[in-house]
Amino acid sequence: MSVEPYIRFEQVSFARGRQRIFDRVNLDIPRGKITAVMGPSGTGKTTLLRLIGGQIKPTRGKVWVNGLDVARARAGELLAMRRRLGFLFQNGALFTDLTAAENVAFPLREHARLPEPLLDRVVALKLNAVGMLDAAESMPSALSGGMARRVALARALALDPELMLYDEPFTGQDPINVGILLRLIASLNRALNLTSVLVSHDVAETLSIADQVIILDQAQIVAAGTPDELRARMGDIPFLQRFLQGAPPDEDSDRALAARTLLAKKLRVSV
Amino acid sequence: MGVINGLIKRLSDVLAALGRAMLTAAAHTGALAGFALRLAWRLLPAWTRPRLIVQELFVIGVLSLIIILISGAFVGLVLGLQGYNILSKFNATESLGVMVALSLVRELGPVVTALLFAGRAGSAITAEIALMKTTEQLSAMEMMGVDPLRRVVAPRFWAALFSMPLLAGLFSLVGILGGYVIGVLVLGVDTASYWGQIGEQMQPVADVFNGIVKSLVFGAVVGLIAVFEGYAAEPTSAGISRATTRTVVLSSLAVLGLDFMLTALMFGA
Repeated sequence: MSVEPYIRFEQVSFARGRQRIFDRVNLDIPRGKITAVMGPSGTGKTTLLRLIGGQIKPTRGKVWVNGLDVARARAGELLAMRRRLGFLFQNGALFTDLTAAENVAFPLREHARLPEPLLDRVVALKLNAVGMLDAAESMPSALSGGMARRVALARALALDPELMLYDEPFTGQDPINVGILLRLIASLNRALNLTSVLVSHDVAETLSIADQVIILDQAQIVAAGTPDELRARMGDIPFLQRFLQGAPPDEDSDRALAARTLLAKKLRVSV
Repeated sequence: MGVINGLIKRLSDVLAALGRAMLTAAAHTGALAGFALRLAWRLLPAWTRPRLIVQELFVIGVLSLIIILISGAFVGLVLGLQGYNILSKFNATESLGVMVALSLVRELGPVVTALLFAGRAGSAITAEIALMKTTEQLSAMEMMGVDPLRRVVAPRFWAALFSMPLLAGLFSLVGILGGYVIGVLVLGVDTASYWGQIGEQMQPVADVFNGIVKSLVFGAVVGLIAVFEGYAAEPTSAGISRATTRTVVLSSLAVLGLDFMLTALMFGA
């Protein structure tokens, strides 16, 4: 019996000005799994997360999140959906005038209306879950990048979401922090039965915890499947092989040719 | 022919640039109007968290007190000095009090306070909101199901609206005291006529009430421009800088323009 996916993109197109980001993309993101969305920089990975969160609307097609058509949802429905969603921003996006504990308490104060002593306990539990309880009273400016991201993760988990969206969680992190974040994401997903969407271009790290991987390039899905399936298909799809193995771009590709032509034009020489 | 063609081309370039600037200004005004409508829907719901408004009243209003009081005192001192010089030519120095008070309550109090407020608090509101946008704090709020317009923008707007008449009142009060110091204590105008003329000549509705109305209008305009420029700022360091500059320039021009219109409506003919 097939389980209804948590997120479904139906013929989704999105453009920013003249730049086409997605062109009639179809994809399913299963419940209770970690789905990694990968691809070179500028392929619309973060845009995909913002489409899921309803911050931007597709120019065509539908984005379904747990049965809700996000682009056409009323403000109240969107609000209710976002209360069940945790979003880890690339830079953490902590509120700079609040302490780490106040940052974690923020969504609880806004939505949960808990008595103050209970709220303090929930905040302590969340911070402890990401190993940041000892920094509860620190201001974001006093935290390192990795610590800030863990506090932001605690904040994203504050309302016990069903869906977690991670935007480049490993970027700019040292190997120890990457290891900590990887363990956290995997263990939280298991323990809380979350549906996670992890946007990243850190291949080895992401494949180590992802249940399913979607590879984007040039406004399309190039490949999708489990990490093992993708590795098995590397021989069939040259781009997939280059991306997963970190090989330089094909010198004869259309993009490389266009770049050479543009450079020649700028330098006023012939190709 | 070549010279004429060059001139025509230059003229058309100038006209095109002018047209582009006008279109940009029209689009900006349209965006401001749309933003004002969206904000209007959130103004009353913002009162479900009055603590946030009180917090902003402190940051925006109370922390502007020093600059307002010092400026008010100096403006009062200058008004007292200039007024004494002019009135002494007509042997009417006993009217110094009412001249200083009316100038402050009707005009200088609301206008100078609004200009100082735009420079001190307006620019700070814009920079703060724009920085929150740049560092994705507003996006983070949205993704948590918290409306940034209600949580961040509306309390700041209310605080600007309430602060302005209070600050303008204090500005005028300190200014009148400044006029008293220079007129009565230094230049020897009679104390009783200084205060007596103020009591007799100043009308609560025509002067004080109209001054408060002006301040409220200026508070709404400066508050709206400040929050809009922050919210609509381009999320870059140059974008924040441009937004804060625009807040001060547009607020100042709007205050001066509106002051003329309000004065014409209230005191004209």
